[in-house]
Amino acid sequence: MEMLAMGKYGVYVWTCFGLTFTVLVTCVVQARRRHRAVLREVRRHMQLTETDE
Amino acid sequence: MWTFFHKLASPPHFYGLAGKFIPWFAAIGLPLVAYGTWAGLFIAPPDYQQGDAFRIIYVHVPAAYLSMLAYMVMAIAAGIGLIWRMKLAHAVAASAAPLGAWFTFLALATGSIWGRPMWGTWWEWGDPRLTSELILLFLYLGYMALRAAIDDGTKADRASAVLALVGAVNVPIIHFSVEWWSSLHQGPTLIREGGPAIAGDMLYPLLAMIFGFSFLFGALLLMRVKSEVLYRERRARWVRRLATESAGAA
Amino acid sequence: MLAVGLAAAGVLIATALTLRAFQDNMMFYVEISDAVAGNVPEERTFRVGGLVVENSVRRQPGELEVAFDLTDLEDELTVRYAGILPDLFREGQGIIAHGRLDENGQFVADEVLAKHDENYMPPEVADSLAKHAAAKQAAAEAGDAAQ
Repeated sequence: MEMLAMGKYGVYVWTCFGLTFTVLVTCVVQARRRHRAVLREVRRHMQLTETDE
Repeated sequence: MWTFFHKLASPPHFYGLAGKFIPWFAAIGLPLVAYGTWAGLFIAPPDYQQGDAFRIIYVHVPAAYLSMLAYMVMAIAAGIGLIWRMKLAHAVAASAAPLGAWFTFLALATGSIWGRPMWGTWWEWGDPRLTSELILLFLYLGYMALRAAIDDGTKADRASAVLALVGAVNVPIIHFSVEWWSSLHQGPTLIREGGPAIAGDMLYPLLAMIFGFSFLFGALLLMRVKSEVLYRERRARWVRRLATESAGAA
Repeated sequence: MLAVGLAAAGVLIATALTLRAFQDNMMFYVEISDAVAGNVPEERTFRVGGLVVENSVRRQPGELEVAFDLTDLEDELTVRYAGILPDLFREGQGIIAHGRLDENGQFVADEVLAKHDENYMPPEVADSLAKHAAAKQAAAEAGDAAQ
């Protein structure tokens, strides 16, 4: 428990680490979302060109 | 040699290759970051002046380092794209920008949180190190805004590449700002004459974090480049086949 | 499109303002020797930086105000400050103070910021370093920082 307190700097240290890992996870989520969005976009485009033919 | 480059630059080949590298980068980066976080928080001794507050170094320094590395990747890729008209290079540059912006944000935020108890201020307007890092964030945001503003893909690539190259002067300014001007920020600890000025127990977790973050950045960059390549090649048959297959799997 | 244009304009303005702050910051940093000689910006606050002189920190009992001497290793300037000092503030430490001179030639600070050096080590290691060697090093670094 004492280890988690980080002296009197617990709030500062934990906020920094929390923020960092939140951003890293956000980066992964964003990258995956973008990938799925592009694939969706390609499929939509394919359907449009099919109906034209 | 040239056939290797041509093959690498061919979108479907690159797409497959990137997909193979991503799990490896993650498999190297994640354990390094896990060790660095644990050792940095619980094993490294507190600093003689800063006590436990110094542990913020384990996220602040990797973030700051990557904010500059990502910019170098972006600027070099943009330069290659501009000179050799290589579309893949532009895709790399465009993919590096949002990641670099996130790491810059992290460096500024963790630095600010560190500065409050140690220096006595969240932010010092006009401080050289703080100013140059903030301008780095503006460069990333400007780069992304410029790309988003131009509908024509080729024009967006060229214009944003010029901005990326011009902005590259800021990177050495960030590094040397603490030596050139009087800054609240201390001088370099790791890259300096006479070797790192940090005790071994404190250094190893820091190095693990820096390398770990670099590999995670590599994995994230490749993930983004993959999407970027797909979008740019959206009319190609291989992409269409891939999209159809992925629809079946989903 | 409009949103992107606004964003780009925002980025430009922010950069200009930031550079302006940087310029101000550079302009209104005053050497201790100049402050002692009275060569300071009129009608405006400015910053001084230097080392806190050993055994110079004076506190009035029951009052928040603290006074200490700041040195560039040549001249000394008395600084008065009523506020919370940063955790790294201590004698021998490099600090930057923001404020103005009063009629007695003393510096009245509205903000005191502490610098630290680039060395990181456990407390035991720091203790075992010879005391005079540490003092010498700190003095040399503060000399660099003041330049």
